[in-house]
Amino acid sequence: MTWAPYTVDATHFYLQVYFWLIVAVLGGLFLLMTFVQGGQTLFHTAKDETEERAILNSLGRKWELTFTTLVLFGGALYAAFPLFYSVSFGGAYWVWMLILFAFVLQAVSYEYMNKPGNLIGKGAYKFFLYFNGVVGMVLIGAAVGTFFTGSNFSYDPVTRVLHWGTAPDGINLRGLEAAIDFRHGAWFNLAMGVLVFAAARILGALWLINDIDNNEFPELIARLRGVIKRCFVVLLIALAIVLAGLLTMKGYAYNIHDPSGKIYMEPGKYLHNLLSFGAIPLLLLLTGLVLYVIGVLKSGFGTSTRGIWFSGLGIVLIGIVIFVIAGLFGTPFYPSYADLQSSLTIQNSSGSKYTLEVMAWVSIAVPFVLGYIIWVWYQMKKAGPITKEEIADPESHAY
Amino acid sequence: MAMDMSMLEWARAQFAMTALFHFFFVPFTLGMSFIVAFFETIYVKTGKQEWKEITQFWQLIFAINFALGLSTGIIHEFEFGTNWATYSWFVGDIFGAPLAVEGIVAFFMEATFAAISFFGWKRVSKGVHLASSWLLAIGSNLSALWILIANGFMQHPSNAFLKVDIDTSRAVMTNFWALITQPVAQVKFLHTISAGYTLASVFVLGISAFYLLRGKHVEFAKKSAAVAAAFGLVSSIFVAVIGDDHAYEVTNTQPTKIAAMEGLYVGEKGAGIVAIGIPKNLPASEVSSNDQAWVFKIEIPHLLSILGKHSFNAYVPGLKDLIDGNPQYGIWPLSKLEKIGAEARADLLAYHEAKARGDQAAMEKAKNDFYSVVWSGDGVKLTKSDLIGYGFFKGKNPDLIHPPVPPVFFSFHIMVGLGFWFIILFIWAWIAVVKGSFENSKLLQQLAVLSVPLPWIATSFGWMTAEIGRQPWTVFGLLPTAESATPIALANVQATFFMFLTAFVILGIAELKILFTVVKHGPKGAH
Ligand code: HDD
Ligand code: HEM
Ligand code: HEM
Repeated sequence: MTWAPYTVDATHFYLQVYFWLIVAVLGGLFLLMTFVQGGQTLFHTAKDETEERAILNSLGRKWELTFTTLVLFGGALYAAFPLFYSVSFGGAYWVWMLILFAFVLQAVSYEYMNKPGNLIGKGAYKFFLYFNGVVGMVLIGAAVGTFFTGSNFSYDPVTRVLHWGTAPDGINLRGLEAAIDFRHGAWFNLAMGVLVFAAARILGALWLINDIDNNEFPELIARLRGVIKRCFVVLLIALAIVLAGLLTMKGYAYNIHDPSGKIYMEPGKYLHNLLSFGAIPLLLLLTGLVLYVIGVLKSGFGTSTRGIWFSGLGIVLIGIVIFVIAGLFGTPFYPSYADLQSSLTIQNSSGSKYTLEVMAWVSIAVPFVLGYIIWVWYQMKKAGPITKEEIADPESHAY
Repeated sequence: MAMDMSMLEWARAQFAMTALFHFFFVPFTLGMSFIVAFFETIYVKTGKQEWKEITQFWQLIFAINFALGLSTGIIHEFEFGTNWATYSWFVGDIFGAPLAVEGIVAFFMEATFAAISFFGWKRVSKGVHLASSWLLAIGSNLSALWILIANGFMQHPSNAFLKVDIDTSRAVMTNFWALITQPVAQVKFLHTISAGYTLASVFVLGISAFYLLRGKHVEFAKKSAAVAAAFGLVSSIFVAVIGDDHAYEVTNTQPTKIAAMEGLYVGEKGAGIVAIGIPKNLPASEVSSNDQAWVFKIEIPHLLSILGKHSFNAYVPGLKDLIDGNPQYGIWPLSKLEKIGAEARADLLAYHEAKARGDQAAMEKAKNDFYSVVWSGDGVKLTKSDLIGYGFFKGKNPDLIHPPVPPVFFSFHIMVGLGFWFIILFIWAWIAVVKGSFENSKLLQQLAVLSVPLPWIATSFGWMTAEIGRQPWTVFGLLPTAESATPIALANVQATFFMFLTAFVILGIAELKILFTVVKHGPKGAH
């Protein structure tokens, strides 16, 4: 089975690269915004009602932004790489359905948790938030892992019919095999899941330390610092596994100039990717890691409230590099171990040149959107951190 | 892999279920966000505390609803990938673009300014706050614009903005501007947002009337009702006017749908509209006269020709004509469409086989045939490739080509009937408000309370008209529903169907309970 023709058109290729970079930036920003999910797994650090509501209100003003970033991430992939949308969402069905389910439950929880007339009880909504924070994060991490380890599909370019293969035990798990099929890198996917989860949790704690009045809630803040320290150990272990995997595993590769677009395996592929372009990806990755650690040291081990800004910027950089090395430099970003030649690359899965051109014009709006988001964020933050007074005030729509 | 038909039914049911849930919340957002902005504007202009309380009360109700709107929306977006993978691959190029634009220009606006509007009462200045409430409303309505452009394309995939690309075997976009300015999408947008305004107005009017009947929060209720009556009057009239345009677009782009909407089995000149009646569900190919098709009917003559073709005696084709053809009016028989469609499919395969062999001449020949013009007129050219969808029906039962009549007929007629009721209700309410008699008119108040659920019924039936009426196509004339779904085992789809159904039913009930509690507490002490 061979693939539809490769673009020989340079403009089309640059547009594909441009959109992959946009996806990478959105992915990085999404990882930053997962502080909401991470924060949602920290309700047990609150020892009384007021502390709990401080956490709830701090996250409750931001969850929508995370949610919308995820939605846009999906939308951008759909417009720019429709074949990926079709293969991954339709193929790894259960992974995505469970992720969606976790977000469905999240969306109502903030608003309903403390309202009068609460039918299913506060505990249920708290559980939903934990579920979203743990299951959602681990699965998203594992899904990103499959960008490196590959998935079990083949695809006919002419009839457009997708085939998702069965796991070794004969059951078709529709994507969940990524977490149990150890011959095809489940250990890597799982480590990625844990890494994303631990990183989100640390970010959540860093965010809360920043956003909740430290003087009014000293004990809560101290407990949050404790969480950071413990999670940091988990994070380092998961990171070690992921990095070791990335640097040693055979990677999927193709030659961007080869019109047949033949896919092959290349030892040390991801290390090569890190070193390409004058080692810029590697430098960005190291910068990101250092910033992340500085943030953790400042607010987790020290007493600063500003750690989130360092770790936040750090994770954006790390996220961008992960996506960049997964999809650029002649790397199929959604590889198939079942049928190598079915692997998706930015070139064989993208929208037409015309669509990408139009969307490139639309993407001019992105800086404006980022601009007003930052402005609004600043407006909401300049009046200071969340206080007991605000939580008790009936006029501030506090949860 | 042969498509499992029951899987297809379940996938459709799942889509319908999540769509209908989503659309319980969406029109409320579309209208309520503006109503809240109106109230807040009055507050900022007058500086009176009572208007602030009115604003905050309706905003609270809005926020409760908004959360479920988001939660039901996200499934929808990804469902196009999970359950409709072949669809996404075939038309993702055209469909993905408006969806992505929606994310960039609308959803972020909504989500970002919602944060100020809900939580910023004490954190930002009055002016910034008011601006945020307006931007939230505009953002919501923009999201309706983009998603309806996407849906409009599925109703009428014109070759003014797309073509089937022989190299990639996909439909690709050729003109973005033509896509977003297509008349089908524009009327859809206007009709849908004004339906949302009507729905929110009925809600506010009804809750206000409820307070008046109980003799509670009287001042609050009078003020709210006045705003709702004025907004509702304008919107409900607009809904009907634009609805008429909508029917005109449907008549001229989706003949099988309008025929099903009106139960027209056999075409007529000066076709009438059945105001009240019960149509039978018959295979159109076996019907010989329209009288055969009704259990009973009360008909208004000529109305369909007037509405659908803007001419007293114009001919409107029936389902049977669309199958058998009608040379007198230039209607091709289905068999001809199917034959051309099948040729287009053969060309496509021949092209790819030739490509695999490296046979340039054969590729060229297949391509020329694929894009050869089969009809032209009115400045439009139809090529074989435009009819490729019909190829899938070749050799199949011709009655598969039209939607079932009764569900489409009933949904449409219930919606229209309710539309006229809302106009009457708002004229009445508006006169009462102007004369100052609203608070004394018990009958009107009772009717307003009873009307609260009706616009939800109207919007749901409106969508059923649009979407069931489009069957058997996901993209009209281009991609059959049966070819659109993800090949996946039935059990997966059933499991996720129940997973989401359970979640939505529980969360929906939880929402209603909170809503009732908040309404019972009333404006003060509602928090
Ligand atoms: C309060 C709700 C409401 C009311 C009172 C009406 N509509 Fe409506 N209608 C909708 C809410 C709606 C909707 C939910 O917004 C739909 C579904 C799909 C769409 O685009 O809009 C719709 C669809 C829809 C369609 C089908 C469009 C398609 O197939 O794509 C037509 C022809 C009309 N409407 C016409 C009317 C007319 C002539 C009305 C006369 C009063 C009317 N509607 C009242
Ligand atoms: C079937 C296609 C649809 C998809 C894929 C879809 C998708 C979505 C998504 C993902 C959200 C959450 C957005 C966020 O994160 O902020 C959402 C919310 C929303 N959608 Fe839809 N939607 C669909 C149909 C519609 C229709 C037909 C309309 C309007 C006519 C509409 C209007 C809205 C609005 C106004 C919101 C804001 C939230 C709310 O109402 O509570 N959507 N939709
Ligand atoms: C939110 C309002 C909407 C409602 C209530 C709604 C309702 C429905 C219903 C009832 C069906 C099932 C029809 C059948 O199978 O007989 C359906 C199918 C479908 N609709 Fe919608 N719809 C909505 C919006 C949209 C939009 C905006 C789009 C696209 C942008 C869309 C795309 C589809 C698709 C892909 C299917 C599945 C295939 C099919 O059965 O045709 N829907 N919808």
